[in-house]
Amino acid sequence: MATYIIRRLLLVPILLFGVTLIIFGMLQFLGPVERSALYVRDFPKNDKQIQGIIRKYGLDRPVYEQYWRWLVGVKDPGSGNREGGVLYGDFGYSRTASQPVIDIIKNRFPNTLDLALWAVFPMLAVGIWLGVQAAVHQNGWIDQAARVFSIIGTSFPTFVFGLLVLIIFYANWQWFPPGKMSDWVSQLIFSGQFTQYTKLLTIDALLNGRLDVFLDAMRHMFLPILTLSYINWATFVRVTRSSMLETLRMDYVTTARAKGLKEKDVINKHARPNAMISITTLAGFSVVGLLGGVVITETVFNYPGIGQAAANAASNLDVVTVLGFAVFNGLILIVANLIVDVLYGFIDPRVRLS
Amino acid sequence: MTAASAPTGDNTLLREALPERKIGRVERFLGPENYRIVTGLLKTPASIIGFVLIGFFILVAVFAPVIAPPVGNDPYKIPRDGFSGEPKPMGSEWKRNKPEIPFWYKAVTGKEEWVHILGTAQGQYDIFYGMVWGTRTAFRTGFIVVISTFLIGIIVGSISAYYGGIVDNIIMRIVDIFMTLPFILMALIMAAVLTPVIGKSLIPSIIALISFGWMGYARIIRGDILSVKERDFVLAARVVGVRPSRILFRHVLPNAIFPTLVLASLAIGDVVLSFAALSFLGIGTQVGYADWGQILSFSRNWITSLQNYWYIVVWPGLILVLFVMGWNLVGDAMRDVLDPRMRGKS
Repeated sequence: MATYIIRRLLLVPILLFGVTLIIFGMLQFLGPVERSALYVRDFPKNDKQIQGIIRKYGLDRPVYEQYWRWLVGVKDPGSGNREGGVLYGDFGYSRTASQPVIDIIKNRFPNTLDLALWAVFPMLAVGIWLGVQAAVHQNGWIDQAARVFSIIGTSFPTFVFGLLVLIIFYANWQWFPPGKMSDWVSQLIFSGQFTQYTKLLTIDALLNGRLDVFLDAMRHMFLPILTLSYINWATFVRVTRSSMLETLRMDYVTTARAKGLKEKDVINKHARPNAMISITTLAGFSVVGLLGGVVITETVFNYPGIGQAAANAASNLDVVTVLGFAVFNGLILIVANLIVDVLYGFIDPRVRLS
Repeated sequence: MTAASAPTGDNTLLREALPERKIGRVERFLGPENYRIVTGLLKTPASIIGFVLIGFFILVAVFAPVIAPPVGNDPYKIPRDGFSGEPKPMGSEWKRNKPEIPFWYKAVTGKEEWVHILGTAQGQYDIFYGMVWGTRTAFRTGFIVVISTFLIGIIVGSISAYYGGIVDNIIMRIVDIFMTLPFILMALIMAAVLTPVIGKSLIPSIIALISFGWMGYARIIRGDILSVKERDFVLAARVVGVRPSRILFRHVLPNAIFPTLVLASLAIGDVVLSFAALSFLGIGTQVGYADWGQILSFSRNWITSLQNYWYIVVWPGLILVLFVMGWNLVGDAMRDVLDPRMRGKS
C-alpha cells in the first residue's frame, strides 16, 4: 500500500507542472497590457506606465523565467511584499469584476460546495439503483426503460434541460425560482442576526435553527440539483449496468447461487459490492467535477457559484480571471484525483498489488 | 513414405453440418471483423432510428436554400424583421427582409405571404430560418472538429504505440494531464483567449474544441495498434525486412483504424453539443449568425417570462436534442458491437 501511495504522490508534481504549463501557455496569447492584470489592479494609462510595468514584473523576460515568476510571484524591492504567484493563491485582478480573483473564489466557492453537497446524493443513489436494476433484469422492461432514459439523458444538452425545467417549474408554476436565496433571506443575513458559521447557506440555516431559511435555500437549489442529477444519471446507469452484468457472470456468483443462497442475497451481498468498485472511480470524478463549479448549470439558474463567475468572465473576455479559475480548478482536481486513487487502492486490493 | 491420399467418398453429411457461408463483396472488401461491425449497426431498431434522424438533418442541410431561401449576400446571417427587443409569437406577420416564397410554402402553411413560422427571437431574428441554416453550421463545425481531433489522435496514438518505452510513457502522461483538465472550462478559456486575436467567428470555438478533444482517440488507437502489432502478419513483414514506417502505415494502421474511425464519426453529436454550449455561454459567433446555441442564448434574458416566450427555447432546443440523439443512438449500438465481450456473436 505504501509504495502505491508513494507512486501516486510522485505523479502529483508532474500533473501540477503539466496543468500549469498549459494554462501559462494560454496566457501567452495575451499582450503585456492584459497580462499586467496578474500584478496590478488598473489598466496602465500611458506608454510610460506600460514600460514600467513590463520592466518591473519582467514581462519581456524569457518565457521560462516568466513562468517561474507567474508560479511563485515577484518580490517588490521597495516593500518586500510578494506580488503575484499563483501557487500562493494570488491569481491577479479581475478588471471586469474589480476585485482580486481569489476574493471572487472565496466568496463563491461555499455556494458551489453547498450545491455539490446536495447534488451528490440523488445523483449517486438513483443512478446506481437504476443501473443495478437494469442489470439484474437484463433485457426486461426496466432495462429497456433505463436505456431509453440514459440515451435521452446523454442527448439533452444541460442548458436545454435547464431552460425547459425553468419554463415548467418557474415561469409557469412559480414553484422553484432561480438564484440562491429570496430577498428576505439576504436581508436577514445582512442584518447580522444570522451567524454564518460555515458560509454554506443550508448548513448555517440548520446551525441557526432556521428551518424557513433552509427550506428557502432548498427551493432555490432544487432545479440545479435536478438538472445535475439528470445529466449524470445517464452515465451512472450505463456504467453500473455493464459493471454489474460483468460481475454477475463471475464464478463466485455462480457458486453463491449453487450453494442455494437467495437471489436477493446473491445480488446484494456478493455481486453488488464488487460491481461498486469500478463505480467508485466514476463517482469520485463526478464529485470532483461538481466541486470545480458547474459552468453551464450555474449560468442557466443564475446560481452564484464559481462556474457562473468563470462563464461571466469568459463572455467579457476577461482572460486573466478565467485562467485564475482554471488554476484553482486544476489544483482541486489534482488533489481530489489523488484522494480518489488512494481510496480506490484501499477498496480494491487488486489495484495496489498490480 | 506414402503420400496421404485426399479423403474420398460422400461427405454431404459434413457439408450439411458446416454449411458454407456466402461471403459477399462488401464483406470481402471490409474484412470479417469490420463487416460484423457494419451489420451489427444496421440491425437494432434504435440505431435505425438514429440513422433516420441523421438522414433527415443531412437533407435539411443540403436543401437549406430551398427550405429557407437566403436573404442578402450571406445566407448564414439570419434576416432581421426590425430591431425590437421583444420576441414575437409564432405565426406573426413578417414585414421586412422577407425571403422569397419557396414552392412548398403555400402547400404546407396555406398562406400567401411569409410569416414567422416559429416566431422571432430577441432582436427579431427569425427562429425557423436560423434553425434551417444552423443545421449547416452544425455539420460544418462537427466535421471540422471531428476530422481534426481524429487526425491528431491517430498521429499521437500511433507514435506512442509504435515507439513504445519512454516515448510512449511521456505521451501518455501528456494525455493524462489534458484529461485532468475540465473540458468545458478549458474550451471556454481557449475560445475567450483566441476571440480577440481572431475575431468573433466560428474559428475560436472550433480551435478550442480541437485542442481539448483529441485525447480519447489517441488512447483508443494506441490500444488497437498495440494489439495488432502482435499479430503474425506484422511479424512476417518484419522478417521479410519491411521498413518500420511502412509496416506502421501499410500493415498495422489500416488494420487498427476502423473502430476509432467509426467512433470518431459518431462523435459529431457530442461536438455540436459542446459547440452549442460555448455559444450559449456567449463565446462564439457574431450576433445574428445562424447557430443553434446562439438562438438559445437569447433566451437567457427572458428567464422570468418564459411562459410567454417558450418558443424561443423549445424549437431550437428540440432540434439540437434530436440532432445529438441521432448520433447517440447509432453510437450506443456501436459500443455494443465493439464491446470485446460481444465478439464471436454475430
